[in-house]
Amino acid sequence: MKKDLSWKVGGQQGEGIESTGEILSKTLNRLGFYLYGYRHFSSRIKGGHTNNKIRISTRKVQTVADDLDILLAFDQETIDLNYHELHEKGIIIADTKFKPVKPEDSTVELYPVPFTEIASKLGTSLMKNMVAIGATCAVMDLKIGDFSVVIQEIFGRKGGDMVGKNMEAIQEGYAYMQQSLGEKASALFLAKAENNHKRMFMIGNDAIALGALTAGVRFMPAYPITPASDIMEYLIKKLPRVGGTVIQTEDEIAAVTMAIGTNYAGARSFTASSGPGISLMMEAIGLSGMTETPLVVVDTQRGGPSTGLPTKQEQSDLMAIIYGNHGEIPKVVIAPSTAEEAFYDTIEAFNIADEYQCPVILLSDLQLSLAKQTVETFDFDKVHIRRGKLITSDIEQTEEKDYFKRYEVTEDGISPRVIPGVKGGIHHVTGVEHDETGRPNETAHNRKQQMDKRMRKLSNLTERFPNPITVNVPTKRTNLLLIGFNATRGAIEEAVQRLREEGLNVNHLQIRLIHPFPTAAIKPYIDGADHVLVVESNATGQLANIIKMNVGHVDKIQSMLKYDGDPFQPHYIYDASKELLEHVYINN
Amino acid sequence: MSTSTIKDFRNGVKPNWCPGCGDFSVQAAIQRSAANLNLSPEDLAVISGIGCSGRISGYIRSYGLHGIHGRALPIAQGVKMGNRDLTVVAAGGDGDGFAIGIGHTIHAMRRNMDITYIVMDNQIYGLTKGQTSPRSEDGFITPSTPEGSIEKALSPMEMAITSGASFVAQCFSADIKELTATIEAGIQHKGFSIINVYSPCVTYNKVNTYDWFKENLTKLSDIEGYDASNREMAMNTLMKHNSLVTGVVYQEMKPSYQELVKGYAKRPLAHMNLELQPKLFDELVNEFV
Ligand SMILES: Cc1ncc(C[n+]2csc(CCOP(=O)(O)OP(=O)(O)O)c2C)c(N)n1
Ligand code: SF4
Repeated sequence: MKKDLSWKVGGQQGEGIESTGEILSKTLNRLGFYLYGYRHFSSRIKGGHTNNKIRISTRKVQTVADDLDILLAFDQETIDLNYHELHEKGIIIADTKFKPVKPEDSTVELYPVPFTEIASKLGTSLMKNMVAIGATCAVMDLKIGDFSVVIQEIFGRKGGDMVGKNMEAIQEGYAYMQQSLGEKASALFLAKAENNHKRMFMIGNDAIALGALTAGVRFMPAYPITPASDIMEYLIKKLPRVGGTVIQTEDEIAAVTMAIGTNYAGARSFTASSGPGISLMMEAIGLSGMTETPLVVVDTQRGGPSTGLPTKQEQSDLMAIIYGNHGEIPKVVIAPSTAEEAFYDTIEAFNIADEYQCPVILLSDLQLSLAKQTVETFDFDKVHIRRGKLITSDIEQTEEKDYFKRYEVTEDGISPRVIPGVKGGIHHVTGVEHDETGRPNETAHNRKQQMDKRMRKLSNLTERFPNPITVNVPTKRTNLLLIGFNATRGAIEEAVQRLREEGLNVNHLQIRLIHPFPTAAIKPYIDGADHVLVVESNATGQLANIIKMNVGHVDKIQSMLKYDGDPFQPHYIYDASKELLEHVYINN
Repeated sequence: MSTSTIKDFRNGVKPNWCPGCGDFSVQAAIQRSAANLNLSPEDLAVISGIGCSGRISGYIRSYGLHGIHGRALPIAQGVKMGNRDLTVVAAGGDGDGFAIGIGHTIHAMRRNMDITYIVMDNQIYGLTKGQTSPRSEDGFITPSTPEGSIEKALSPMEMAITSGASFVAQCFSADIKELTATIEAGIQHKGFSIINVYSPCVTYNKVNTYDWFKENLTKLSDIEGYDASNREMAMNTLMKHNSLVTGVVYQEMKPSYQELVKGYAKRPLAHMNLELQPKLFDELVNEFV
């Protein structure tokens, strides 16, 4: 019985690959399994190979699997491109229609099943996916009946006997496969999951969008870009229910400046984009910093530079996000690692933006944003909305016609903020250096005073931020400390667990608050480690450089880099860590 | 209800414009029309771009935001989305609105949000010391076009009509009476209004001077039978006069963006409760189970 199993379905884009994975995973999620699905897709819309790899486990998993147990192929290309991921005992299930052949050098077993033929006999070849699901059930020893609820949800609305027909297709696929498997049947049987409570199954972008809605966002201006678009697409469906809306703007500059306008007006608004779009927004992010207008921008990193690898994983916007503005502004960068963190961090991002009156970047990456994972249901009781020094009702005017001191020099650097429409609060807001009332003022004294005021606001943020880092074990002495941010967390955690099981002294630290850098929280762990390996998806070791800059230990810190567009797999990190440890502790 | 006067919209800040700059009258006209419409200064938000003209938001006593070059319009639209009860006026130069920000200008017109956009058109870049603008006539000599500009001047009025703007007007800053009346009409118009104002730059533009405009402009109100609701007549008149006309060129009554968008609250978003109903939250969470 397998406690951890990975399954991949592949074919031509637009062939229903996604829905096949969707039906299987939705059902398994409800049965109590933990899932992690990662789609490989290209920039082509129709045609072109696509696949959906789903990891199914009885325990929590938060990253892609090392290898593959079952490959479900709708064409030969799927076999040719993916068979190498199968381990020795893995199997290929393929439609007989394309006369599948197994690569010569491969030891894996091939099971041809007449997907299309069975489906056509039942009425339409479109149901070949259901036949394939049936075949999967037989291999994993799942009960067909478990699928009926999901099938009902999807096809019930279509009327007629669609539900019955689809269930029949699953049944036929199951029967056919069971017969061909015969003796060898039990090798890939899936252990039962302990189904104790309901969990969600969602992509990181869903979590961010729901987080924004929960944080009180009522308007989102945005310009489409992979892998951020799902956030706006989710919100356009939901915002009208709470009186809000989404505008698809003419470009990213319009999106971010519109969001600034709405925040200035006192409502919560934000935008989301990826690398190229974020570059366009930089000037406006500076405006938010200088005018002290709260702003949240989501950057879901993808492969760069330029249009780079638009559908692939990378974490290479880090330096640009932190240092990409001209001039100097207070700015916060938060990088959640899981969909669950993404939800709570999005809400925190809005609270920080309001409290500190500055731009907050919620950094994600393609893997976190698009991988579909099992998530504990969000806890509404943990949601708190904090708006800081915001004034929304009329104030008494001290002196007739005087301006409100919007940029009052205060000890904590944060000034009371009053929104347009409020009586007694008139003031001017400008990106030009200004005095306490917002009137342009270029004198050296005023410049220094206002600059210091703005820079002062974030001085207590690293202490106030709820979880600036996540550490695997609280011990600070370790032979090897692995550090990562965003979606690398799951892979590092698994690698660390395996190394620990072998008796090696390894720890893991994931950075959640990237800027301002939580040096005080991180430094003791780096001080106490013999070796530090920074795991990140880029070619230049951006996070490693930021750590060196803030913490020192330049000689101790090494990088483990990956920039081929694919996520880190646990074994990749395991192997490299092991090699490093063996080299140092065993050979010497 | 209190009645406002022009004094309510004065903040005592001395503009840093050159003496004689056309922008002074534009400022005065905005202040006067706001008073004539009996707006309260707190309910007006003036959002401006960058340029000499962009400074205008700092000289009017109201809420105001002086943003970045070319982005007055998206900021202004964001403000309106956040609080539909505010009167939102966007303002900037011809470089701001027709060079760096032209994409926003065209899309704001098609979007038809209920805001008023005032362009101070001096056919040159003032703040950066006199380079050519997309409104400069061909042959125009500036430090950036020493041999004379070889590009055609853009025509905002025709562009506005074809882009779907529902209130299209042009004024001359020296005719403060017509300018004030037009801004009032623009603010009252439900939908996007664009008012292009010939606002001479006395320092850098030695061609398109006050005298030049006085000689070349035709008032639409002087054209017998001119009908601003007639799109064809508007286009023909613009072509006939090389766009050198003043007054309301075109006006069309159609629902504004705010009226059309489904589900958008009738109250200002800025004053709505941010918290989700727990029942709705549960429902949203359950969609992922
Ligand atoms: C992104 C950016 N590019 C360039 C500038 C420099 N700049 C400031 S104002 C301006 C043009 C001003 O011309 P216009 O909008 O016609 O306004 P005017 O000064 O004539 O009123 C330029 C190019 C800037 N501030 N920002
Ligand atoms: S440079 Fe021209 S546009 Fe600028 S203030 Fe002077 S006259 Fe006006």
